[in-house]
Amino acid sequence: MNTIIIAVVVLLCLAVVFGLILGFSSIKFHVAGNPIVDQIDELLPQTQCGQCGHPGCRPYAESIANGEAINKCPPGGQTTIEALANLLDVEVLELDGEHDDNPIKTVAYIREDECIGCTKCIQACPVDAILGAAKQMHTVIKDECTGCDLCLEPCPVDCIDMIPVSQTINTWKWQSPQSHEQYATQLIVTDKRAQAEVNS
Amino acid sequence: MARVFAFHGGIHPPENKTQSSKRAISLAPIPSVLHIPLQQHIGASAKPCVNVGDKVLKGQRIADAQGKMSVPVHASSSGVVSAIANHVVPHPSGMQNLCISITTDGKDQWIEHQGLADYKALSANKLVDYIRDRGIAGMGGAGFPTALKLCLGDDHIVNTLIINAAECEPYITSDDLLIRERATQIIAGIDVLQHLIKPSHIIIGIEDNKPQACKALEDAIKGCKYAIDVVSVPTKYPSGGEKQLIKLLTNVEVPHGGIPADVGIVCQNIGTVYAINRAVYFGESLISRIVTVTGRAIAKPQNFEALIGTPFDTLLEAAGQKEHVTKRLIVGGPMMGYSIDTSAVPVIKTTNCIIAASAEEFPEAEPAQACIRCGLCEQVCPAQLLPQQLHWFAKSQEYDKAQQHNLFDCIECGACSYVCPSNIPLVQYYRHAKTSIREEAEDKRKSDIARERFEAKQMREQRAIDEKAAKRKERAEQAAKAQAEKKAAAEKQAKEPATTESDSGSGDLKQLKIAAARANTKLKKAQQALKSALEKSLPGTDILENTIIELQVQAEQAQAALDLATNGSSESKTKTATPLKTKTAVTNADTSKLATVDLKSLKTTAAIARTKLKKTQAQLDVLISEGEQQSDEAQQLAQLIISLNERVQATQASYLQAKECAPVIDESEQLQANYDKALALYTKANTALQKAEEQNSPAVEKMRLSIDKLNTRLSNAEAALKSAANPASDNSANNTTPNTQE
Amino acid sequence: MSDFLLILVSTVLVNNFVLVQFLGLCPFMGVSNKLETAMGMSLATTFVLTISSVCSYLVHEYLLTPFSLGYMKTISFILVIAVVVQFTEMVVRKTSPMLHKVLGIFLPLITTNCAVLGVALLNIKKMNGFMESIVFGFGAAVGFSMALILFSAIRERVAVADVPAPFKGAAIGMVTAGLMSLAFLGFTGLVQI
Repeated sequence: MNTIIIAVVVLLCLAVVFGLILGFSSIKFHVAGNPIVDQIDELLPQTQCGQCGHPGCRPYAESIANGEAINKCPPGGQTTIEALANLLDVEVLELDGEHDDNPIKTVAYIREDECIGCTKCIQACPVDAILGAAKQMHTVIKDECTGCDLCLEPCPVDCIDMIPVSQTINTWKWQSPQSHEQYATQLIVTDKRAQAEVNS
Repeated sequence: MARVFAFHGGIHPPENKTQSSKRAISLAPIPSVLHIPLQQHIGASAKPCVNVGDKVLKGQRIADAQGKMSVPVHASSSGVVSAIANHVVPHPSGMQNLCISITTDGKDQWIEHQGLADYKALSANKLVDYIRDRGIAGMGGAGFPTALKLCLGDDHIVNTLIINAAECEPYITSDDLLIRERATQIIAGIDVLQHLIKPSHIIIGIEDNKPQACKALEDAIKGCKYAIDVVSVPTKYPSGGEKQLIKLLTNVEVPHGGIPADVGIVCQNIGTVYAINRAVYFGESLISRIVTVTGRAIAKPQNFEALIGTPFDTLLEAAGQKEHVTKRLIVGGPMMGYSIDTSAVPVIKTTNCIIAASAEEFPEAEPAQACIRCGLCEQVCPAQLLPQQLHWFAKSQEYDKAQQHNLFDCIECGACSYVCPSNIPLVQYYRHAKTSIREEAEDKRKSDIARERFEAKQMREQRAIDEKAAKRKERAEQAAKAQAEKKAAAEKQAKEPATTESDSGSGDLKQLKIAAARANTKLKKAQQALKSALEKSLPGTDILENTIIELQVQAEQAQAALDLATNGSSESKTKTATPLKTKTAVTNADTSKLATVDLKSLKTTAAIARTKLKKTQAQLDVLISEGEQQSDEAQQLAQLIISLNERVQATQASYLQAKECAPVIDESEQLQANYDKALALYTKANTALQKAEEQNSPAVEKMRLSIDKLNTRLSNAEAALKSAANPASDNSANNTTPNTQE
Repeated sequence: MSDFLLILVSTVLVNNFVLVQFLGLCPFMGVSNKLETAMGMSLATTFVLTISSVCSYLVHEYLLTPFSLGYMKTISFILVIAVVVQFTEMVVRKTSPMLHKVLGIFLPLITTNCAVLGVALLNIKKMNGFMESIVFGFGAAVGFSMALILFSAIRERVAVADVPAPFKGAAIGMVTAGLMSLAFLGFTGLVQI
């Protein structure tokens, strides 16, 4: 009986001491903010389109830090998901919902002779990329437009189009020699030869 | 001095230079149409300064430089500008870019031009500007604006000028031929550079596979006033690379991310030097260059002096292209060049070679095999990189690591691909990785800007909300203050006459005063409304006028009641006077809407009295229940209760009385409100209709119908109001008489 | 002094806890995908291992032995380790939030890292003194870190290589770990302890 009591008392003492240490250090090493949010926010495309269900990119970054799925950013596409997965060391997920793998970059374009100057799109634009005033024709600053299409909805006369950004000679990109067809042919080359020999 | 060092790596591909170097440079025929691209150099493209239809002369400027990192473009021959539009340009993408097309007139008529009589008299800056205005950009391949290389800041002290004549890439012989035939002019060009840069040391680096050119240069530098070394370097690809040549000749390595000027060296291509010579001594802009046309599909491989903008067709035809043999057209050399799909591509300032290759000459690349980690690529890399690692990283798109392995120091010379036993297209991987990284960086830059703008907008909106809230608060505070002041003033005023009278009297007085003030403001408002209505010539002004007259009467009456009450209050003594006074007040004011206000106040007075009564009664009950036989106190309380009871009854009575005469007014008021509402609706509908008409909306018809309806409603309301107004006034008048008499 | 050196060499190379004694395989496979993560994990484990081996020695020497509670060593050591790990987690969260996020579940899982308990128990079994316990714990930690970092460096390179499809991912990782283990067997006989 005595031994049991001693054992229990010793363990209790140990636990109390450790508890005190942990309690003290939890106060001392208290972390206020969440610096991961900034890093996540850096990776998001900043279109502020709200397609993730959050009002802007930073709120989404915050909720990712709190454990939301990383695959809700259609403008960022698979590359953003991969970057996020890399940062947070989680599984790469498929893009949520029905979206293209490679989202085509677009910019808004206002058909100016149809614009009635209601300024509704100006208020909707999250990045102030639309210029204009009441009863005046509006126009989009192409370089600042993130292609979030938030201005389409409020337009009462549907005069805004999303135009894909065309590739110019300056934005042209070398293709990876690893393109799918070539990869396929690479793998099949030997098989094909074998088959050809068999056939002949 | 002629010591030659070595650079790491390098390869010895078959040279294939002799085919085209046997023939002398010949003048290319002038094509019927010249397509002159606006971007032939690194940096911002030039901006056209001619219009379609303009007649231009040879050497005339047709596009201005845009910014520092740009050079102008000149017409290569005389003719008419037939188009300023997109046309295929020599670019690996095979895409189009803006070109100025000139339909030549065949006269090849020069614009008036002359060289600088004494360039040494000009200041360095002016001379550099002169060179820039002649449209000179590096002719070795990159097309770097030459003026920028010559106009170095004070932080770069240049002691060595290297003239790059190595021309290491197979097939190309344009520099070789240029030196053989025009060595003296090149040396004259070096004079200009010597004057500009004033280096202590000038080296011409030339590969030892061009002995004739070397000889020509050595002959030409005889009798030169300053020392020029012609150094023949061993033939090895890519000794013509800027950094490699610098290492070869001076054993100095250009630091990572730096330019040669950082180590006191300026490197110029020999073709550029020749162009500088033409510009300075003859005033000729850069409108032609030497182009090698070679390959097994060419009957007479040779060098042409071709006008910038000459389509490849013209040159290929002049050299006797065997079309059926031609498998591929390559711009530049076989190592760093690229295939093009169409021969309509024009010659630009950096086009040094066109290869029309047969199928055997440049067979299709063999399929890439897996990397066997043989390490050959590392041994030949002239930039001392680890091509194999770069390949893995580029392939798996780990661009960060690729950058850590100095991907951007890769000069894309293709030596690694050349030696790769697995035929892996290494350079393509690097190019893809490089462009992807640049694209990512650009996206990052854009998203940063977007974030900034988004945050700015959010801040602005927040600020607007805050400002509004602050203003609202301020207003509320002011209103509260004003009210407090009013209250204080009223109390003060009420207190003065109330010295002799009871508390409740002063309260009623106050109410009366407020009523009078309200009547006044209402009057004012109505007057304003009338004014604006008159201005807009709206219907219903007569009604408004009536209302105003009524209001005036009311105001006067209220004032009278106030006066009366003030006098009366001083006379009356007891609490019972209160209801009476109120009554008088009511009778005075009941013709007006004020009645409602007084009604309310009466109601509240009654309620207050009732609560007071209840409280006192409760107090009495407590006292009695406590059994304290202090009869005095109890009696006092009982008396108080009785008096209060009386007061309540009186107030109630006066309230009821007042209420009796109120409904009439209420009715007319309601009518008025109805009318007002209808009017507002009508005007709203009208404006909506106008808008709809402007926009040709289909809802116009519907709107019109509803407006008609509204109109009828409006007129109904008006009629009702008018009919109500007369009896109401009669009624109130009737009511007034007895009350006042009372 | 040479004793300490011997202990160090023995724990780091000859009796490497991961590759020879096969303790702590969970983080060895789990956190070795990226070099940076592996380095962070090694640092954290080094810290925990050293501190916990000291603490468990003290607990055993001055608490369990006097009261002859030797049979309670496992539970009390677990307690010690859990506390040290918690403490480390707090420190890491404060100093390097990214590492904290990246280590994720593996950081608290150091508690159940058998290498940590193994070291504590082996200390008792070998009757190591105070200094010896420290060196033993530290050596074990260094050995663990070395194995983890080497392995993750190899895995990083293997990740971008042309690995036959059936071997991709964990499979090639296992093969690599096996080869590394074989290689470390070569150190046997270097020190007799």
